[in-house]
Amino acid sequence: MARAALSRNPLAVASAAYLIAISLTAAGAPAVTPYAPDRIVLGAGLEPPTPRHWLGTDQNGRDEFTRLLYGARISLVIGVVSMLVSVGVGTAVGTVAGYSGGALDALPMRLTDAMLAIPLFFLLLTALAVLGSTVVNIVLVIGLSSWMAAARIVRSEVLRTVHLDYVTAARSLGAGTWRIVTRHVLPQAMPSMLVASTLGVGQAILTESALSYLGVGVQPPTASWGNMLSHAQNYIFASPLLALWPGIAILLTVLSFNYLGDALRDTLTPRPA
Amino acid sequence: MQRYIAGRLAQSVVLLVVVSMLAFGLIHAAPGGPGVLLAPEMTGEQIAAAEKSLGLDQPLPVQYARWLGNVLRGRLGTSYGQGLPVTQLIAARLPATLELVMTGLALSVIAGILIGVTSALNRYSLVDHLATGVAFFGMSVPVFWLGLMLIIAFSIGLHLLPSSGAYTLGAPPSLGDRLAHLALPALVLAAANLAQITRYARSSMLEVLGADFLRTARAKGLPSRAVIYHHGLRNALIPIVTVVALAIPRLVGGVAITESVFAWPGMGQLAVDSALQRDYPLIMGITLAVSVIVVAANFLADLSYVFLDPRVELR
Repeated sequence: MARAALSRNPLAVASAAYLIAISLTAAGAPAVTPYAPDRIVLGAGLEPPTPRHWLGTDQNGRDEFTRLLYGARISLVIGVVSMLVSVGVGTAVGTVAGYSGGALDALPMRLTDAMLAIPLFFLLLTALAVLGSTVVNIVLVIGLSSWMAAARIVRSEVLRTVHLDYVTAARSLGAGTWRIVTRHVLPQAMPSMLVASTLGVGQAILTESALSYLGVGVQPPTASWGNMLSHAQNYIFASPLLALWPGIAILLTVLSFNYLGDALRDTLTPRPA
Repeated sequence: MQRYIAGRLAQSVVLLVVVSMLAFGLIHAAPGGPGVLLAPEMTGEQIAAAEKSLGLDQPLPVQYARWLGNVLRGRLGTSYGQGLPVTQLIAARLPATLELVMTGLALSVIAGILIGVTSALNRYSLVDHLATGVAFFGMSVPVFWLGLMLIIAFSIGLHLLPSSGAYTLGAPPSLGDRLAHLALPALVLAAANLAQITRYARSSMLEVLGADFLRTARAKGLPSRAVIYHHGLRNALIPIVTVVALAIPRLVGGVAITESVFAWPGMGQLAVDSALQRDYPLIMGITLAVSVIVVAANFLADLSYVFLDPRVELR
């Protein structure tokens, strides 16, 4: 039913198609492009687009299209895994808070409020400058600073379902807390969590690109969309097109995740109009 | 009322202490120490002596207590990298950042409310769909890339606006020069913030348009304009106050990036530099200053809510 409703939304279909296409192309990058992403060719820098180099070459003579594809791998993986971390933490916090009540509800939720009220971006920057910008650190830092929305959503879903008759029935049949939460309560929260996760991937990709742009994200020579833009800015007069491609890649990808998340919200979590 | 204000004030202070502890623990958790101690020519003894003189050899709770004690006496310490008092460095950069944030915020609030309310009044029209598209674009575009594109278009292509700095070096100061330099960064900052305000203004207006008191106002025979603007808009704007306050932490993050793109001489750039150099006192000072601004904005938003909406009950 949800699939039928989604397929009537052309923007959502286009978004899904784009995301599948870019994931497959990025995964199969070595088969798609003959060039290596970090092979420096002296004297071939900043070439305009040609049949040999579809999007031209960067300052070090590396094929821009190839680097875009390999950058997609890093950016997408960081986006998806960061989202998994943040949804995982958010689900744990939200479930404990919603199911336990009392101090175990109040404390985590005040922490959530506090995290939402502080300028986290500075702390992300500091954390990465201090801990080192490895991909694992980037994923952890983004994931651990963005779980608050998921926690709030899961908590409200748990509060909504925990007193429903079928949960009470399961409890009276002797089901334990773990079984009630995993089999009866959390599945009810799945639709909202799926929406939040889809939107979360887009946000994580944006955060990664901003961190890489400021120099504390993915480190060269590994290509990410953010650090490609950071380098392109130095050659903005000689070769403005270099600053165009990675930005369009980020924009289209994040836009697709946002459209998809929005469409999922409309179909999976119906509200009275 | 006074109890409510006192309670919220106490909460804000606790929040600030928690934030400063988080930040303090985070930056001291790292191996390696501050950047000034990483000079390759220093011997182990020299490093130990430097750490001792900076108090970095003490246990972490002692260091935090000392820092907090100094803050309460109005001292934020001396920057490792620049050798100047942190308060002086922040005071020198704060006005430029406030100028940028205020302009960006004002632009996004005015445009966001105009677009959101127009959308709600013309639901599912072409204007509404266009506005939704613009909001999605604003949510999805990387702030710094939008800045780069505007630089390419307006500075490199059309030679209309300057691409960096807050004023022309060496030129006599003039309002036109300031505004020309402010235009692009403020626009970028506003664009990043616009989407949220537009969406909230639209849904808030739609909700009010369907409310019973609006039907009553129409039933009394009031003209449509009076109903929409006097009864509708006024009530629709109340939740926007909260949205604006909630947007400030994000705006502060956006300002750090915007300042980097446009080489704007504000606190955002100072923050980025201090983080990269692990300048502990400067990082702590900036985090504290920014947190105070954010927490104060939330506090004021909560208070104004009580005054704006008599239906809000104090707990």
